Amino acid sequence: MNKILVCISKAPDTTSKISFADGNTKFDENGVQFIINPFDEWFALVRGLELKEANGGNVTVLNVGGADNDPIIRKALAIGADDAVRIDAKTDDALYVAKQIAAYAKQNSFDLLLFGKETIDYNGSQVAGMVAELMNLPYVSLASKLDMNGNNATIEREIEGGVEVIETSTPFILSAAKGMAEARIPNMRGIMAARTKPLTVVPAFEATNSTKIKSFTMPPAKSSCKYVDAANVEELVSLLHNEAKAI
Amino acid sequence: MSILIYADSSNGHLTKNAFEAANYASQLAQKTGDKAVAVVTGNVSGLDQLGKFGISKVLHVANAELNNFDPQKIAHAIAEAAKAENSSVIVFAHDYSGKSVAPFLAAKLDAGLVTGAIALPNTDGGFTVKKSVFSGKAFAEVEVLTPIKIISVLPNAIAKIENNVTAEIVDYTVSLPSTNLKVKEIKKESSELSLTEADIVVSAGRGLKGPENWGMIEELAHVLGAATACSRPVADIGWRPHHEHVGQTGLAIRPNLYFAIGISGAIQHLAGVNGSKIIVAINTDAEAPFFKAADYGIVGDAFDVVPKLIDAFKKFKAANN
Ligand SMILES: Cc1cc2nc3c(=O)[nH]c(=O)nc-3n(C[C@H](O)[C@H](O)[C@H](O)COP(=O)(O)OP(=O)(O)OC[C@H]3O[C@@H](n4cnc5c(N)ncnc54)[C@H](O)[C@@H]3O)c2cc1C
Ligand SMILES: Nc1ncnc2c1ncn2[C@@H]1O[C@H](COP(=O)(O)O)[C@@H](O)[C@H]1O
Repeated sequence: MNKILVCISKAPDTTSKISFADGNTKFDENGVQFIINPFDEWFALVRGLELKEANGGNVTVLNVGGADNDPIIRKALAIGADDAVRIDAKTDDALYVAKQIAAYAKQNSFDLLLFGKETIDYNGSQVAGMVAELMNLPYVSLASKLDMNGNNATIEREIEGGVEVIETSTPFILSAAKGMAEARIPNMRGIMAARTKPLTVVPAFEATNSTKIKSFTMPPAKSSCKYVDAANVEELVSLLHNEAKAI
Repeated sequence: MSILIYADSSNGHLTKNAFEAANYASQLAQKTGDKAVAVVTGNVSGLDQLGKFGISKVLHVANAELNNFDPQKIAHAIAEAAKAENSSVIVFAHDYSGKSVAPFLAAKLDAGLVTGAIALPNTDGGFTVKKSVFSGKAFAEVEVLTPIKIISVLPNAIAKIENNVTAEIVDYTVSLPSTNLKVKEIKKESSELSLTEADIVVSAGRGLKGPENWGMIEELAHVLGAATACSRPVADIGWRPHHEHVGQTGLAIRPNLYFAIGISGAIQHLAGVNGSKIIVAINTDAEAPFFKAADYGIVGDAFDVVPKLIDAFKKFKAANN
């Protein structure tokens, strides 16, 4: 009964060495392993699947990107999504991506649109809120808990120094943070089934970019660590006060 | 024209991040010759404080329904204010509230948004903002291509310049759209210092062996007026609450001083703390990767070093007060 859409993005593996190419204008993908953005996979997708298992329904994963994203989409299907859609479009601007997702979702009326709290590469925390505005739907960001009772939802979200409990009803948009669910590892059956589940590719919707990355830089290298003897911790206190001016 | 900020509040007071956003906006306004204006929503006191950071006008949207956080309504109020004040740039803090409201506003105004800014915009022939990417492992220069620009500023990233002006406080009325969102309850752990706003953070990992050993970590934090944090496995096994988990998949923090005690320094942990100005690592293993990211290191047993540090900081505090 519930139509659930989970938006997943592709991200470099968390252990990747970050470097840039083309005169520091492009992320160097050479030798980089790509994964599903952890927040999307561990929290948004798994919670979507749990809700479906409890209440029935259908989980669609949606990705905006090129054909090189298909392996991570197949992984989401292996974890348990029913079907997948890839909007064949570039992804270098959050508002552009949000317009793609909103245009598709408007045509397909979902009850629940689940996102990750942010992508671990560009750390935007942008797309979900933008889609909410474009679709004029309620939005709960940084949610750590989602309970559904029919069409009514009770959600906990992180706020500065605490938790806020929110009530809304479908359709709505949520970005998922830690606490929402426990990561799942796909099993052999899931991996086999994923091969035959539908992955539909739809063409990009008309939109323009609102931002453009001009260049990348690396942070300055840390000067080497100054060691203090464990028997002489007063020296650390004095260094933090006089040299680092941190206390 | 004007530079607009959204100044968020907590428990009826403006947040530290709100003043940072104000400071950012007024530095930018000085550069561009514009006026810096703040929007405040709900029941908040001490609005004149914004003048200290260069805000010359505060629009106070006091609708009672804004006492609860609803990003859709707040974005609506800010959009109205931006129209009225002819704002070209709108500034947020990149915190819980900014992350919720800024994207709404960006889509509403069809404006390019740069989140996590760490420097003032470069306005020579364009509008480019430097932001943190890849969880702090790199920076990107992002050009904003739209007429209205929205920026959210990473906490603790911009040096504060006091810039005393008198803030004119205006009651600003906006009729808000009805939304399907209700805040039922707010559970605050109000006694604790908020981790993202803390100047000093004392963090510990699996090297502490068990939750019963956190007493000394809390005491060290207490002596320093610091917040406490932990590595992911420590939160996962339930030794510490989840909201203390820092790193790539937890909170990203940038305190002035970060103590890493019994934490190995895995790349995913560093990703959330490498923006700290000064890092102190304490670890029994001289080869622990954290020493490569640290400014100061003690190779030693936390159970020996931390109690000694508590004493030393206590003496220091007594002598310097
Ligand atoms: C996708 C992904 C995301 C992740 N995200 C995060 C994240 O957000 N945050 C995070 O923290 N981790 C994250 N991790 C986990 C990360 O890789 C490490 O496993 C984790 O940070 C290790 O925690 P630790 O340093 O507390 O424990 P350990 O690696 O077990 O290190 C314990 C350290 O304590 C030292 N020690 C032992 N006894 C003492 C003593 N008596 N005194 C002093 N030192 C002592 C040891 O020498 C060792 O260096 C992530 C992993 C993955 C795969
Ligand atoms: N290219 C994409 N395709 C599908 N969903 C995306 C894409 N980029 C971002 N998202 C979703 O939006 C969330 C926030 O992304 P961001 O605003 O880039 O931090 C992610 O966690 C995903 O759920």
